[in-house]
Amino acid sequence: MAQVLTIDPVTRIEGHARIKIHLDEQGRVSDARVAISALRGFEQFVVGRPAEEIPRIVSRICGICPWMHHLAAVKAIDGCFGVTPTPAGHRLRELCQVMAHIHDKILHFFFLAAPDFVLGPDSDFSVRNIMGMVRQDPELAARVVRMRQLGQVMLDRFAGKSIHPVAGVVGGFAKPMSAEERSDLQRDGATLLDFASFALDYAKERVFHRYREEMQSLGAITTGFLGTIDDQGGLQLYDGRLRLMHASGTTVDFPAADYAQHLSEQVEPWSSAKMVYAKSWQEGFSLDPAAPKGVYRVNTLARLNVCDHIGTPRAQAELEDFRAQFGRPAQGTLLYHWARLIELIYACERTQELLADDRITDPHIRNTATPQAGRGIGCVEAPRGTLIHEYATDDNGCITSANLIVGTTHNIAPMNLSVRQAAASLIHDGVYDEAILNRVEMAVRAYDP
Amino acid sequence: MKPKLSFEWLHACSGCEIALLNYGEPLLALLNRVEIVHFPLLMDHKYTRPEREDLPLSLPEADIGLVSGGVAHQEHLTVLHEMRRQCRTLIALGTCATHGGIPAMRNQWSTADTLQTVLAAGDTEPGPMLDEPSLFLDRVYSVDEKVPVEVSLPGCPPQPELIAAIIEALLNKDTVPPANKSVCETCPTLRKGKGQTTIRRFLDNADYDRDQPVSRMRCLLEQGLLCMGPVTAGGCGGKDTPLCLRARVPCRGCYGPVRPGGNQLLDMKNALASNGIDHRSIVDRKSLLRFSGAHGLIQPAGKRR
Repeated sequence: MAQVLTIDPVTRIEGHARIKIHLDEQGRVSDARVAISALRGFEQFVVGRPAEEIPRIVSRICGICPWMHHLAAVKAIDGCFGVTPTPAGHRLRELCQVMAHIHDKILHFFFLAAPDFVLGPDSDFSVRNIMGMVRQDPELAARVVRMRQLGQVMLDRFAGKSIHPVAGVVGGFAKPMSAEERSDLQRDGATLLDFASFALDYAKERVFHRYREEMQSLGAITTGFLGTIDDQGGLQLYDGRLRLMHASGTTVDFPAADYAQHLSEQVEPWSSAKMVYAKSWQEGFSLDPAAPKGVYRVNTLARLNVCDHIGTPRAQAELEDFRAQFGRPAQGTLLYHWARLIELIYACERTQELLADDRITDPHIRNTATPQAGRGIGCVEAPRGTLIHEYATDDNGCITSANLIVGTTHNIAPMNLSVRQAAASLIHDGVYDEAILNRVEMAVRAYDP
Repeated sequence: MKPKLSFEWLHACSGCEIALLNYGEPLLALLNRVEIVHFPLLMDHKYTRPEREDLPLSLPEADIGLVSGGVAHQEHLTVLHEMRRQCRTLIALGTCATHGGIPAMRNQWSTADTLQTVLAAGDTEPGPMLDEPSLFLDRVYSVDEKVPVEVSLPGCPPQPELIAAIIEALLNKDTVPPANKSVCETCPTLRKGKGQTTIRRFLDNADYDRDQPVSRMRCLLEQGLLCMGPVTAGGCGGKDTPLCLRARVPCRGCYGPVRPGGNQLLDMKNALASNGIDHRSIVDRKSLLRFSGAHGLIQPAGKRR
């Protein structure tokens, strides 16, 4: 008899999602879908608000990556008001943005994903979690908890609030950095860089090599990729140009402001999140698992695939090692985890690099803005992928319209393909159990939705 | 046997959950005192659903239940009712749960208008409509509008220490002390009286000496910046300076009103009037309810009493 298996809720991910797997009369997977509930109405209720207030409102889209929304909005509102941030304001924003990547990557790898690997994908659900990790290796777990907290404390100490930040302001930044704050951050940043190197070594030994086959096969699909690069093709998280890479490896680079020429959104009736596809490939959009069209991915693996190099030494060495093993573009879905830990090293190195530059303490942190009618597009690389905020303002500098494409939105289409691939390869003759369903979830977890 | 703890999120952003994790190493000791029976962010316990989807799901019994987020969808309501049924003590965690939070700003529009705007944003061709628009509630509700709660802990997010203190107090069967101070009462900035008589937009930074502590900076409201400190529940900075003020930025009211049942818009108009400040100089007065639009305080135009 045909039936539908439901995984509800998908757990150890950073939001709400549900998976439905359709089995046909013979117990074969005929379809599988991830539905993400995301409709909260931000594009509606920002309308009419003074634009300079928006960065403090849209941060609430995500409590895990509020800095990303905060700063994408700040950049977009700079555009609406035609103001350029001061160089120190720009640097302080980037510093906070890369620091905000640190806690997120530690959270995702150790708290959410690692239990599947360290305790095993088939271990009992009641122990397959961070509390189980604590029981197995209390010293490591305590260190992980401490390091994740340290990343947040650094932001709290310097910028007042780490969750739902307030220090990014149109025209620049709200407070300068003192010499004392700088040296405190440098000291703690060094601790985190050591931990990041340890984390990747640990993961290579305990996870990536042990699960080498799954890393490439579970939820594997072939897609294009999107990420941000600088003028030399180096990895960027805060600012740069977008690069869209086709699965064949060919690329096109464009300013984020031109996103609508390359990407288009579509609403599917079974998910309240919109889907985005690569319009400029001129192949349309299809989730047909045999021949998907227009599908690209974002987030860590995508950023590592599209960049030509990484501008910091330890992360660059790891990128070379990664490429030597998996090629470019690497397609294995669980390789997102590996790429995530390479990016953790980059975020720590970039933090130190920004702090080492004396200009970070320049007191000229904000240019005065004047409300005006305008349009602005702000783009940053959030942990979950390329994040685009677009706003238009009226003569009084109040919002008239907004369009937000969040990281997870890009990845909804590929996540659906991965879940279907995982389910079809794991479920045969209608036979399934908790461990098999957890492996299907692992395909979603890799994307860190 | 350890007390059981259950944690659900509704119309939420995960910020409250991350705030709890930001408690750091002491959290491990705290979690060790309880048995977590349900916590979708951290563990794989699933809803138990009967064969028919229209029947209610079930959750495990717990001594302490935490719920973050407001209530905006039929599914939130189903989960919330089940949490209430199963949890001996229910905590509404964070301002969305206690006052609607930022998402309740959408109560200024009907659900149909919001759906239309969001789905039509960008260059999207008007796409197929969601299959079940009827599952969205007519507005965003706070948790206590739908079920009674034993503890309300506002904050966007609540301070980690406050969340931990409440859980500790419940485990130790202590009473939870009520918070009744405003942000102003916990703010060290200098108040001289006779400040600006109008409010200006936050388009350049406050006036302060970068080498001096916040306690040497003049009150931001007296500088003519809109600061919700007088009408907002304090506690964000613990015993120390409120968090936004540490970044030299004015308060926007994220802990909701000082008194339960207070109205930040009316309270702020009164506070401005008593300081001789013209409230009409504020560009977007509805935003005074930015964090507390549930309880029917924000309504679509034309529906106002």
